Order: sequence, then structure tokens, then C-alpha cells
Amino acid sequence: MAKLDSKTPKGPVAEKWTNHKGKINLVSPANKRLIDVIVVGTGLAGASASATLAELGYNVKTFCFQDSPRRAHSIAAQGGINAAKNYQGDGDSTYRLFYDTIKGGDYRSREANVHRLAEVSTNIIDQCVAQGVPFARDYGGLLDNRSFGGVLVSRTFYAKGQTGQQLLLGAYSAMNRQIGRGKIKMYNRHEMMDIVVVDGKARGIITRNLVDGKIERHSAHAVVIASGGYGNVFFLSTNAMGSNVSAAWKIHKKGAYFANPCFTQIHPTCIPVSGDHQSKLTLMSESLRNDGRIWVPKKLEDVKAIREGKLKPTEIAEENRDYYLERRYPAFGNLVPRDVASRAAKERCDAGYGVNKTGEAVYLDFASAIMRYGKEQAHVKGLDENNEALVKKLGQEIVKAKYGNLFQMYEKIVDQNPYETPMMIYPAVHYTMGGVWVDYNLMTTIPGCYAIGEANFSDHGANRLGASALMQGLADGYFVLPYTIGDYLADDIRTGPISTDLPEFEKAEAAVKAQIEGFISNKGSHSVDYYHRKLGKIMWNKCGMSRNEKGLKEAIKEIQELREDFYKNVNVPGNVNEFNEQLAKAGRVADFLELGELFAKDALERTESCGGHFREESQTPEGEALRDDENFTFVSAWEYKGAPSKAELHKEELKYEEIEVKTRSYK
Amino acid sequence: MLGLYTVILNHKLKLMTLTASSIGRKVAMALSGIFLVLFLTQHFSINLLSVFSESLFNEVSHFMGNNPLVQFVLQPVLIFGVLFHFIMGFILEFQNAKSRTVKYSNYKGSANASWMSRNMIYSGIVILSFLGLHFYDFWVPEMKYKYVEVLPLNPDRYFEELVHKFESPVRVGLYVLSFVFLSLHLLHGFSSSFQSVGVNNKYSKSIKTFTKAFSIIVPLGFVFIALFHHLNAF
Amino acid sequence: MNLTLKVWRQAHKNAKGKMETYQMKEVSPDMSFLEMMDVLNEQLMAEGIDPIAFDHDCREGICGMCSMFINGEAHGPDRLVTTCQLHMRKFKDGDTITIEPFRAKAFPVIKDLTVDRSAFDRVQQAGGFVSVNTSGNTQDANAIPIDKHDADKAFDAATCIGCGACVATCKNASAMLFVSAKVSQYALLPQGKVEATDRVLNMVKQMDEEGFGNCTNTGACEVECPKGISLENIARMNREYLSASLKG
Repeated sequence: MAKLDSKTPKGPVAEKWTNHKGKINLVSPANKRLIDVIVVGTGLAGASASATLAELGYNVKTFCFQDSPRRAHSIAAQGGINAAKNYQGDGDSTYRLFYDTIKGGDYRSREANVHRLAEVSTNIIDQCVAQGVPFARDYGGLLDNRSFGGVLVSRTFYAKGQTGQQLLLGAYSAMNRQIGRGKIKMYNRHEMMDIVVVDGKARGIITRNLVDGKIERHSAHAVVIASGGYGNVFFLSTNAMGSNVSAAWKIHKKGAYFANPCFTQIHPTCIPVSGDHQSKLTLMSESLRNDGRIWVPKKLEDVKAIREGKLKPTEIAEENRDYYLERRYPAFGNLVPRDVASRAAKERCDAGYGVNKTGEAVYLDFASAIMRYGKEQAHVKGLDENNEALVKKLGQEIVKAKYGNLFQMYEKIVDQNPYETPMMIYPAVHYTMGGVWVDYNLMTTIPGCYAIGEANFSDHGANRLGASALMQGLADGYFVLPYTIGDYLADDIRTGPISTDLPEFEKAEAAVKAQIEGFISNKGSHSVDYYHRKLGKIMWNKCGMSRNEKGLKEAIKEIQELREDFYKNVNVPGNVNEFNEQLAKAGRVADFLELGELFAKDALERTESCGGHFREESQTPEGEALRDDENFTFVSAWEYKGAPSKAELHKEELKYEEIEVKTRSYK
Repeated sequence: MLGLYTVILNHKLKLMTLTASSIGRKVAMALSGIFLVLFLTQHFSINLLSVFSESLFNEVSHFMGNNPLVQFVLQPVLIFGVLFHFIMGFILEFQNAKSRTVKYSNYKGSANASWMSRNMIYSGIVILSFLGLHFYDFWVPEMKYKYVEVLPLNPDRYFEELVHKFESPVRVGLYVLSFVFLSLHLLHGFSSSFQSVGVNNKYSKSIKTFTKAFSIIVPLGFVFIALFHHLNAF
Repeated sequence: MNLTLKVWRQAHKNAKGKMETYQMKEVSPDMSFLEMMDVLNEQLMAEGIDPIAFDHDCREGICGMCSMFINGEAHGPDRLVTTCQLHMRKFKDGDTITIEPFRAKAFPVIKDLTVDRSAFDRVQQAGGFVSVNTSGNTQDANAIPIDKHDADKAFDAATCIGCGACVATCKNASAMLFVSAKVSQYALLPQGKVEATDRVLNMVKQMDEEGFGNCTNTGACEVECPKGISLENIARMNREYLSASLKG
């Protein structure tokens, strides 16, 4: 167990980070110039880490598979970013953010990491504003906040429904500054194919240039993986089409433990699936739950009439609607955490109350918010508050100012006007709390290899609160990793440049080439997507919103069979030495086919329910998740042993010193 | 003295870098355009006099034709302005054509921009050809009269010359056609020049209305003058 | 519905490309345009034809990766959408749809419908940032109040997704809307004003060097921009550039 040392500093939780920063080793500015760092991924974590490392003086090489670092999927985050600024004076504090995050994560995250996250959250906002990120402001010119699920304060900073875009462009601009100065060398359209470990240390990566197919070797003194989450193992998710697990999975296979793979967040408010051709799902920001009320009809005959198109939702009387979140969770209402909201939607739909053709949709209704805002505006402007048409118009304007782009997006996809009729939504895979295991310094079990942002497992436990992903990505990249990495690199100042001619590089490159040539020469009968869709279906049906022993065992077997079939029968057209999207996809799906099995295995092992992981065998009589703290207060960290089925479980016990572990209740 | 010279040189350099950039050229196009619009207004006002009073028209024309400031300062500036505007127009067009080497097989320009804005080069070429005719009709004989043959001053000849030119229906037809193109050119160019020099604010709507009205009324006025004299000649 | 697709095929950067015609049957009107392309690619692969390469990633209109010039317009006939948000219900049964890459000298074709837009990155690297260290040791975020109107305008400019539709649609392949959006975002905020002079000069210089055309104010970019970035930004950049060149 010695290998799983979280290296959490001693002392009271509130002082750990300050003390640790004060004592860790540093690299002098003159020596930083002699050290190379590779960063894989340019989302919030990767871009901010690249920028800061370069600014500190390291030579940074950054890789992304997209055509520009600005395309990374952090860009699609909509709602906002949390920070314990307490600008609203509503009683927020570092401790409260820390507490909310631990509780929201259902007591399965590491206390010290979460506290550090809450501490640096305020710096993020200062930093971003200084960079020119245009957050929403009030008429006094100060920053505005809104509220997100699972908390009782307004601590979320936002830029309309495009907060992720603005933050990523901020980090991208910081990167651009360093690229312009020559401190970052940027490799667009490059995919990391493997990590190179020399004498037990991460010393470089093998990449494929996606434009011409060239396999390249890159060396460095440390490698940072910031490649995001693996939600696409479900095929349909809110992730981008290219989002993949490959970088994380490759380091897992070379020695990095993979933690809590079964902890997946199913986001409650996404646009429902419309047909078999569907390639991805679109999120509707959680911020909509500030003003939207979720409901289904109370009577099954109304449901039937709606599905047949004989009844419109707006025609159902108030007393015949079941605002089930408000009914079940009066304290938090529509703003319960995501896992709770998703399960509640599934419960209603499973009971037959789903409101679209497939029976998998509930309503998110803005009518009462529109009227409330409209009345307020009419009052402010001195107009007639009883003129319904006027009030509605005024209210729609306010809602448009708050969520305009989301409403437009909905209308384009569904072809219905959400200002007039309630939106239809259903849960979809959105985020993965699990990921590469890292210690307090964000280093994986491979010395010199780090994982940051969604790619690691550290801060969100079994469920992530809304607007915390952006916070974690930027905290890791701007304020944590650039300092903790110095502790490791301080021993590397005399190493000098690392040769890419080492046999380890040669071997890794040969293996990569063998794999891709294998795909091309396979000439099978099914496309890559065929397997990806099949895998997604297994995952969604058996490892989705609720899981049970039988289903998980079946899933493991089915995935193994599918994987075997994939290697036998997959068809990858084209050549190795060209722009070949199918080939790139084949490599990614191959890794998903392995991860999927570990995912199911992890879910099977954890017989308790917690956060986003709901085991049907472990629930309260009211159907709420039932944790088993006695047996499962640990992080599952899996060590690769040649195949997912042979993975060995290591446990990192979670100790709660500051927070008393309680049953999570939002009632 | 040397100090003054460096200041001037320095300034000249800045202006040169300015016109070497895409935005600088665009501003130069706009400013020369606005200058030509001013000239056009002036030209139009004088021509309009011919409709109301033969003597007043002759008087003003004589002044314009013989005042040394107008002849030796304003006239060269005007010629420079015209040359600059169309040469720069051609240079920009040439550069723009180069910026897309492979053309679209299906390009629906009408979906997002007006015909006028997309065809400034063509309306410009028509206007340029017209200018050729115009120079041939008025400016060349005028120069010949004054500076080559050095004929005696005759302050009353202008009106007759004007009326004489508008006798031919073909010429009047060409005139009318040219002014239609001038109108099209102005419809985009005039308001666009404000955008180029950076004016896009709450007054823009009024500016647009004004420039639109100007672009229709002034060419129409020229057409009216030509037709007026043409019809009165019989 | 049944469709005829005319698609630009080009094997690689230096290859000579041409339009190819493909037939599609039973396309659902609820499909997004890219989902239709996915189906077409599956069909092509089944016939042993190389699938069509096209850029795409988030498929929700924000990453700016999808491009495509559809029926003579960037991102197709719909307004305020990217290609991934365009749905087949915008077309009719029996339609012929032409699909070409975004064309500009500064956006060379990589393969089929995929183009290289790194010119945009280089323009940003020339000055599209505020030179502030990422130490977090800046002043409190609320230390400088910013006029809400300015903040909102800066935000509107900042919503540019860098897709290149403005360049693709401009008859001159000008990048003015893209560059001006970034210049405007910073020019409107006090944080950006400090280095406004150098920023606009350097970014415009880089823009010109990349081989984009000149702006002739046709306004096509604004109409085709999926994020509705306003021409006001171009005017602002012209202003900024003028005052910067005279100053500096």
C-alpha cells in the first residue's frame, strides 16, 4: 500500500495548502529554462497550466487533437464558475464552499484537496477579471452572481450561458501570450498515442500528427495529462465528439492507477434523444433550474393525450401537474444536486409519466418565472401589472437576457419555442468524477506524470456540484500544479535534455505503429461507430443511472465480447500516412472498450450507493441513495495488470477530520 | 530646421505605414470618397443653377474656370483625388481577388450582402468611363480653349456649351446610365465610408438615411439637368 | 427525404480537388446536418469509398470547429447557427445541396472539407491578450467597477467562436470581423486599455501578413456570423487602429 500515499500535508485543513506551498522545493528561474514540460490537452486545466508553467520559465510543449487549443470542450460549459467571494453577503465563505463540495460529493472526496480548491477559488475570479474575461455585471458595475444546485448561497459567477467559453478564451489568451513569446510550443492536430517511461519516470510521449499521420517522439522532464473526462464511453453524452479517454488510459496502462471509474455524472437537464441517428446530446445549463420548474402530469391519461399530440402541456391545469422535485425536496426544490434530480426524472419516467414519444422526457417550465419577472419589470417601469400580455412580454425579455443563447439552441434543435411552451428535458451523461488517481501534488503513480482537471479524480467525490468543474480546472492549472510540479522537478535540474533516441522511445513508437497498422490492415466489416454505439448502449443500460449486480456482470461479459469482435471485424478505411479520422477514432474506441469494462468492474465492486453511483441493492425505503460508510469510505484506485479484468484494487482510505460525515439530505 | 524636418519625415513614415495596411487603405478609400462626394455636391449645385438662370450659371462657371486658387490648387487636388480613388480601388480589388485562389462553385452573395456592395468595382468602372467621356466633353476643350489656343476670355460661353452638349440623345442616354451607376456606387460607398473611418454609433441610422437620400437625389438631379436641357433644346 | 449532395473532394493539401455527387435516401428532417454527413460516411464506407473528412467537435455550436460552405453560404441557409446546429428540416425532399470547404488563401484545405485555420491563432498570438501574469496576485475582481453597457458589449464581442465563417463568406476573404471582435473586447474593458495601441497595430499587421483580403463593408460577415457579432466592432477597430497609428 506504500504506493498509494496521498502525501496530504499534516496540520489543520485550513493551513495545509499555505504550509505546503511554503515548504516544497522550488526550481530557480535559471534552472527552469533547462526543464521541459509536456502538457496534453488545452481545456481550462491544460491551457491554464501551460500558460503558467511557461510564465514561470519552463519550456512547455502543449498538444491538442483539435485544430486550435480554443476548441477544447471546456468551451461548452454554460452556467458558471463557483468562488467563495461572498460578494452577495449571503453568508458564503471558504469553509462553506468546502463543506458544500464535500457534501455534494457524498463524502467520497479527499478533504485536503477540496479545501485547497475552495481557498484558491477567489483567486480565479480575480485572475480572470484581470485577463479581461467579461463576466456578467450589475448596473453598479460590480460582478453578478447566480445560484446553482445543491447550495444555499449565490456564489456562481457567469457570462450569460457561455461561461466556459469566456474562461477558456481567457486561458487561451494567456497561452497565446506565451506562444508569442516562444515559451510554449503548440502542437495542434496532434494526438498523444502513448507515454514513455524511462527508469520509472515519465520522460515523454509518442504523438501522431493527425494531418499527415506522422508518428513523432517528444521528450520532457515531466508530462501533464489534462485530457478531460471519459463520458463518451456512453457514445451519447454531452461531451464533444472527439473527447476521449486515450491519454488517461495510456498512462493507466503504463502504471498510473485509475480511480473511481464508475463515478459518472448524469446531468438532469439535457435535450432528449430524438432518434437512432443521434450523434450527441446537448446540455441545457443547470442555471435554468434557477427559474425553470420541473414537472410531469399527475394523471396518466394526460400523459397519453400529450404523447398522441391531443393535448398541449400549457393546457394542463396547475393542480394536475406534479412538480415532483418541489414535492420531494421542499428545502432545495428544483435546485437539488444533479444526481438527485436525474434519478427523480428517471423515477417518474419509469413510472410511465414521460412526456415525449419515447417516454423519456420531463418538462422544464419557465411560465411562472416569465410572469414573475414581467410583473417586476412592469412595476419598475410604472406599467400596468395586470396586463397579462404586457407582463408576459416584459418577462420574456428578462428571461431572454439571462438565457437567450440556451433558448435559441433549444429552438434550433427541437423546433419548438421554449418561451411559449415548456422545454422537454432528460438526463444525459455529462461529466466523470472518476479519473486518474493523483496525490495531493496532483502527481499520478508514475513519477513525473501529473493529471489535472477532469482527467483526475480528486475533488468531486461521487457527484460534482454545478459550476465546480470550471473552478477545479482553473485551480489545478493556474494555482496548484505549477507550484507542486516544482517539488518534483527540483531534482531534475541536472538531468539535461532527454534524448528521444532512448530504447524506451523506440519501443513505445513501435507499439503505436503496430496498433495503427493493425487497424488499417484489418479490413473488417463494421465501422468504428458501429462498435462505439454498441458499447454506449451496454453502458447506458447497465452502468447508467441505476446499476445492479446482475446487469454489471452482464455488462462486463458483453464488453469483453464486443472488444474481441472489434479487433477481429473493425473496418478502418484509408491509409496510415494521411488525415484519417476513422483511424483516430478507432484508437479512441479501442481504449473506451477497455475502460468500459473497468468501469463496470468498479461499479460491481462498490455495492453501496453514493452520489452518481446508484446501486439498486442499496437504497432507502423512499428510494434515496444509501451509503455504506463503514465499508466504502475509500477511493478505489485500480492498477493495470495486463487486462481490465485483471486490474488490482488499491484503497485510499478517506479520513474526515473537519467535516462530520452525515446522510446527505436535501429535503 | 532639421528638427522640423525629422518631425515631418517621421509623420510621413507613419502615414506610409498607415496606408500600407489594409485598414489604412480602407480609410484612404473612404476619405478620398468623401472628398469626391463633396466635390460632387459642389458640381451639382453649380449645374443646377443652369436650370434657373443662364447668367448666374455663366458667372459662377467663369469664376471657377479662371480663379487661380480653383484652377491651380483645387483642380490638381481633385485630379489627384480621382486618380487616387480609382487606382487604390483597383489595387484593393486585385488584392482581394488574390485572397481566395480557388473560387466557390456555388456562392450566394445575394443572401447576405447588397448588389451594390458586391459590385463596387463594376459601378466604379462605369463611372470611370463616364469620367473619360466627361473629360473629353468639357475638360479637354476647356483646357484647349484656355491654355493651348489661349482664346480671349468669354464669360458668357459656358451655358451655350452646356446646352450644346446635351443635344445628342445618345450622349444624354449615356449620361443617364452613368448616373444610375453613380447612384448605385454611392448607395454603398457613401454610408460605408463612415464605417471605414470608425463611425458606427447611435447616429449611424440617421447617417444611413441621409447618405441614401443623397445617393438617390443627387444623381437624379444630374439626370434631371441633362434631360431638362436636352428637351429644351428642341 | 431524398437528397443529392455535391461535395468537394480533395485528397490532401496539394491535390487537385473536384466536386463529387452522392445520392442519399430517407434522411430524417430531425437530423442535424452533421448527423446526415455521418450517415453519408457510413454509406460511403460500406461502398468502399473513402469517407468525407470534415471538422467537427462539440456539435452544440460553441467550439467553432465545424465549417462547410453549404449551398453558397457559410454554415448553410439558416441564421445564427453553426453547421452542427443546422437541421435537415431546413431542406426539402429532392433538394440538391452543394458542400464546399471554407475557402480563403489563408485557410488552405487539408482534406476534403477540412481546412487549416491556424492563421486565426497566429493573429491572436500577435496581441489578443492582456499581459497579466497568471499568478492570481491581481487586485480584487470588484476593485474596478465596469459600466454594465461596456461589459455587455465586450461580452458580445467575446462570444466569437473563431469558426471563420466571416472569412469564408466575405467576397474578399477578409478577417476583419474576427480580428475586430477580439480588439473590441479588450478595447472596451479597462484591463485591456493599457496595451490597446500595440495590440491593434500588431494584430492588424499579422492579419495582413496572413493573406486575408481587405474589408469593403459589404456586411456579409455580420449576416453569416453564427454568433451575430456586430459590424460595430469593425468600426471600433478602425478607430482604434487610426488613433494607434497616429500615436504610435
